[in-house]
Amino acid sequence: MKLSDPLKISYRTLSASKLRFFLTVLGVVIGVASVILVMAIGASAQKLVLSQIENVGSNLIAILPGASEEKGPPASVLGVVTTSLTYDDLEALRVRRNVPHLSAVSGYVTGTGTAEFQSTSLEASFQGVSPDLIGIENIHLASGRFFFPEEEMDLSRVMVLGATRAKELFADRNPIGETVTLKKISFKVIGVLEERGSAAFSSPDDLIYVPLGTAQKLLLGINYLNFARAKIDNPLNIERSIADMSILLRKRHDMKDNEESDFSIRSTEAALGILTTITDILKYFLLAIASISLLVGGVGIMNSMLISVSQRVREVGLRKAVGAQKNHIILQFLIESSFITIVGGIIGIVCGVLVAYLASIILIKLGYDWQFLVPLSSLAIGFSVSFIIGIVFGLYPAIKASRISPMEALRYE
Amino acid sequence: MSLITVSNLEKTYHNEGVETKALSSATFRIEKGEFISIMGPSGSGKSTLMQILGLLDRATGGTYLLEDKDVTKFTDDELARLRNKKIGFVFQAFNLLPKTSVYENVELPLLYDDKQIEDNEQKVLSAIEAVDMTHRKEYLSSQLSGGEKQRVAIARALVNNPEIIFADEPTGNLDSKSGLQVIAILQELNDNGHTIVLVTHETYTAEHAKRILSMKDGQIIGDTLVTNRRIAKEGETFLK
Repeated sequence: MKLSDPLKISYRTLSASKLRFFLTVLGVVIGVASVILVMAIGASAQKLVLSQIENVGSNLIAILPGASEEKGPPASVLGVVTTSLTYDDLEALRVRRNVPHLSAVSGYVTGTGTAEFQSTSLEASFQGVSPDLIGIENIHLASGRFFFPEEEMDLSRVMVLGATRAKELFADRNPIGETVTLKKISFKVIGVLEERGSAAFSSPDDLIYVPLGTAQKLLLGINYLNFARAKIDNPLNIERSIADMSILLRKRHDMKDNEESDFSIRSTEAALGILTTITDILKYFLLAIASISLLVGGVGIMNSMLISVSQRVREVGLRKAVGAQKNHIILQFLIESSFITIVGGIIGIVCGVLVAYLASIILIKLGYDWQFLVPLSSLAIGFSVSFIIGIVFGLYPAIKASRISPMEALRYE
Repeated sequence: MSLITVSNLEKTYHNEGVETKALSSATFRIEKGEFISIMGPSGSGKSTLMQILGLLDRATGGTYLLEDKDVTKFTDDELARLRNKKIGFVFQAFNLLPKTSVYENVELPLLYDDKQIEDNEQKVLSAIEAVDMTHRKEYLSSQLSGGEKQRVAIARALVNNPEIIFADEPTGNLDSKSGLQVIAILQELNDNGHTIVLVTHETYTAEHAKRILSMKDGQIIGDTLVTNRRIAKEGETFLK
């Protein structure tokens, strides 16, 4: 038997029941397209998150309270509140002989509250930070000034607004010198930041910045830091600085030699690694969900093929009567189911890529620094998985057809 | 060497606990070149016998030698290969593939011939010509009349040049004129050396054969040579 024979027969059979063929293919198209879409959007989102971390700079070190495993996320990321990092630690880090290569360091505390100006009122996230923030996060002021060093802990009621927040509260008015209440405490606006664009998890444009001590004591009533971020003079000194910081903080926290540190120090690079791990997990999780639709498509194929087998009992019987062996019949039905998945796979890939492209256009219009990425592996996975599904889900109906007795089949009405 | 040798052939069906004996102790030979009718009323076991002889079904007892080979021990695939090479079928209900051309229907057995190489087209065309259907070779099977369908079915049975052609009530769904044409073709095939086994319940049709096996209640009750053999369409030939 030539390969073109079953191909010809498949074409004829499938074109004879166009609607069923279309619906079965549609199931595969949806499955493959969702796999491609999830992988493409996942890859782009991962790229977005990681590039934003990279933009922050490679010579940054984050100090997080709480122990963590080498590669895993620190406890604070998982929502556990730890109070082991304090302002005094920050002060100690600033002493030059303790960490000689440190060029700037800022503590961070975060919270949310109602911000009001005259009749405008909104829920806003605020961040208590050190004056050094401006050098660490590479931010620029659109107007006014940032905090003076002495304002860090003297409970000054001053604030710097992110670009969006300034627009929301003041519209076209100049906010500098105006009074805004945050959690019912009056603050004087001293600066507005330049627009920075959306970041991965939050937009700095939406933030309200207040001095660290003010946020701790007046707004949150805490005396610890959520985390700290330090800038090192040269990326080459990062390892050494991490060691310096670690020794200093262990000493300050009275830790014994064999005791696990109650803080974690991560370079941007390490953070990148962790974020890659987290986003990979998310990506594969989404992929697994998308694969379910591919599985459903496979069930559709099996269903359709079983209908096809039962409709073609006589035909199968006749083929066997004139000499078709079991393998001929199995091959015949497998080619049909594979044909469905190959057609569905190709259309699904095209649809998936198109939708991912449309999504990227929309996201770029929304201001995200989005890149349209379609990993080649997603095309390979989409196509090969759908082909395998065609074989796997086509196999049972094919075997069932091959077992039809020619005599029974020819008697079948 | 006889073409077919069966002895004590039996077939019992088991259906939902009920045992039905469709064939019992059938013993006979069929020689190469014979034209034999298996005749009997409905339920006499003639179709069962034909299906076993045609390797579409297996006997539950007895022996069946096809060209001295014991086919009762063959696997399903070996039987399929034998059907492909040695046997052609013509059914009462034609059993042509729907939405498929005359040419493709006739070509069907060649698709499953493992040793088939290139000259399929010539074989198909001469089989179609043999039943005088060349002018319809591109037609779909659904566009044909009953008589034409049966002629296509005969061409399909012929295309592999089989030793033996089994025709199960081939005239059953046809008007008398078309039926006669079909019988005429079978007679000519026989004249050309093909062994024909014709299953029928009509004495008239059976008398076109050279020998009649009569059946009743699953048993062979008579095996006679036809003395006054009928010739379909005397003086006219459908075979080229």
